[in-house]
Amino acid sequence: MIKTQERIIEKLLLISALFTILTTVLIIIVLSYEAVIFFSDVSIIDFFTDTQWTPLFDEKHFGILPLLTGTLMTTLVAMSIALPVGLSIAIYLNEYSNKRFRAIVKPALELLAAVPTVIYGFFALVIVTPFLQMFIPNLAGFSSLSAGIVMGIMIIPYVSSLSEDALFAVPKSLREAAYGMGSTRFQTVFKVTLPAASSGVIVAVILAISRAIGETMIVAIAAGQQPRLTLNPLVPIETITAYIVQVSLGDVPHNSLEYRTIFAAGITLFVFTFILNNISFWLRKKYREKYD
Amino acid sequence: MTNIQLNRAKDKMFATWGVVSTFFGIILLAVFIIFILYDGLPRLSWQFLVSLPSRKPENAGVYTAMMGTIWILGLTLLFALPLGIAAAVYLEEYIPKGKFATILEINISNLAGVPSIIYGLLGLQLFARTMKFGGNLLAGSFTLSLLILPIIIVATREAIRAVPSSIKDASFALGATKWQTIWLQVLPSAFGGIMTGLILALSRAVGEAAPLIVVGALAYVPFAPKSPMDEYSVLPIQIFNWISRPQHGFVVNAAAAIIILLVITFTMNAIAVFLRNKHQKKTN
Repeated sequence: MIKTQERIIEKLLLISALFTILTTVLIIIVLSYEAVIFFSDVSIIDFFTDTQWTPLFDEKHFGILPLLTGTLMTTLVAMSIALPVGLSIAIYLNEYSNKRFRAIVKPALELLAAVPTVIYGFFALVIVTPFLQMFIPNLAGFSSLSAGIVMGIMIIPYVSSLSEDALFAVPKSLREAAYGMGSTRFQTVFKVTLPAASSGVIVAVILAISRAIGETMIVAIAAGQQPRLTLNPLVPIETITAYIVQVSLGDVPHNSLEYRTIFAAGITLFVFTFILNNISFWLRKKYREKYD
Repeated sequence: MTNIQLNRAKDKMFATWGVVSTFFGIILLAVFIIFILYDGLPRLSWQFLVSLPSRKPENAGVYTAMMGTIWILGLTLLFALPLGIAAAVYLEEYIPKGKFATILEINISNLAGVPSIIYGLLGLQLFARTMKFGGNLLAGSFTLSLLILPIIIVATREAIRAVPSSIKDASFALGATKWQTIWLQVLPSAFGGIMTGLILALSRAVGEAAPLIVVGALAYVPFAPKSPMDEYSVLPIQIFNWISRPQHGFVVNAAAAIIILLVITFTMNAIAVFLRNKHQKKTN
């Protein structure tokens, strides 16, 4: 009796675990199904080479490039803030600061990632953009610069805590050898610890990029809704995620070509983040093995 | 300056730079929040909490959005918690080592990295359209449940792993079965850790706007939802809606609603940190 009960429970638990696999499979099926229908109407070559994205206009173009450059720009701006700041924090907390300082500062840093992104969007639009316009008069009301800066602040804790893990994993003996030769902390970090932790830091960077690519509300609020092929950070652009939100808010009829564009955009986004996440998983496994 | 002095100066400079970096984000966030308080605090009142949405900013309130948020959180908790704990127990205690375990592991870490808006597209097609829920609370909370499932699983696994094996051994020695040991010993000992993860997952869910917009949550709902089949809005979507309006009165409303949302998320995070510290002290 108890044996059957135990077996039933184990099966139920197994089914719960399989739910996670099912979710992945369903994401892939849903995105591919709609995307395949989309690509039977729109040539995949046009999709990747056309320089205009105007599915909601009368004269329709389905080139994903403007949305990709928009996503690239906000990500670039965000990473150029999050990477130096986050990495410096990781080095400082791991190699310089004392334990008490770390214990107080870490939860405060985690708070940066806990603030809902719609609130960061408000910061970007209502505070950061007007502030920057005092110095950059030709900055538009919506721009990849403001959205990217605020997104960078949000991503700082992702970079710092993952890089910290990587630095922490470097064996003490390496550090002690450097100190023993008379190195300063600065020399030890940049000549020994950081190079030894490089693959872990790369993991942190990749995961932060993947987070920035998928970020939605900040860019939907502050980056604009004008897909354009440009590398100028001062003008309104549109990211893949912001486009999906824009269509979801409008009343595009279901089963129309316009409706399917969000799945075509979605699968592009998914493929990018999927590749980045898998590279980082693989790298992390490798560096853990190295020091175990 | 000798070489040694130069190196020491570099070292000192980096120490200063480290402190500056550490406080860079935190201080900016503090400045932002002070701005929000300045804009939004005067608008906060009991009236604002219990008023329905309106075309006039001075009459509008967050009542329907608050109710929607409470409904969504409750339903998401109901679906995601048992599923997440069950999956974590299986992964920690039952799963045979090998390929299957590796695949599940990679898959969960992947799911945690999938952008939230992709979950929105999944929910739109699966719950809203195929299951014909439309834009109701069920579709929204199913979607959010899938979104926070990886977070709950990872946290629960860590909590289970932290339970000393002596407790399990003692239970087995008394003749308890595997499930009796898990249900009566392991899960109660892991309770603090599971709660921490759960609260962090819910604090993530309470701030999500993007997936719910895609699944079909509304920006304007005249009445508060009364059943899981009703349409709804949530606080972040209400804020988003007010930000996108041109009148200044709505920006003030957005600031006031942001204060409410911030209080909710910060409280949740404070509880989680408190629980984690308490838990860590106990296990040490």
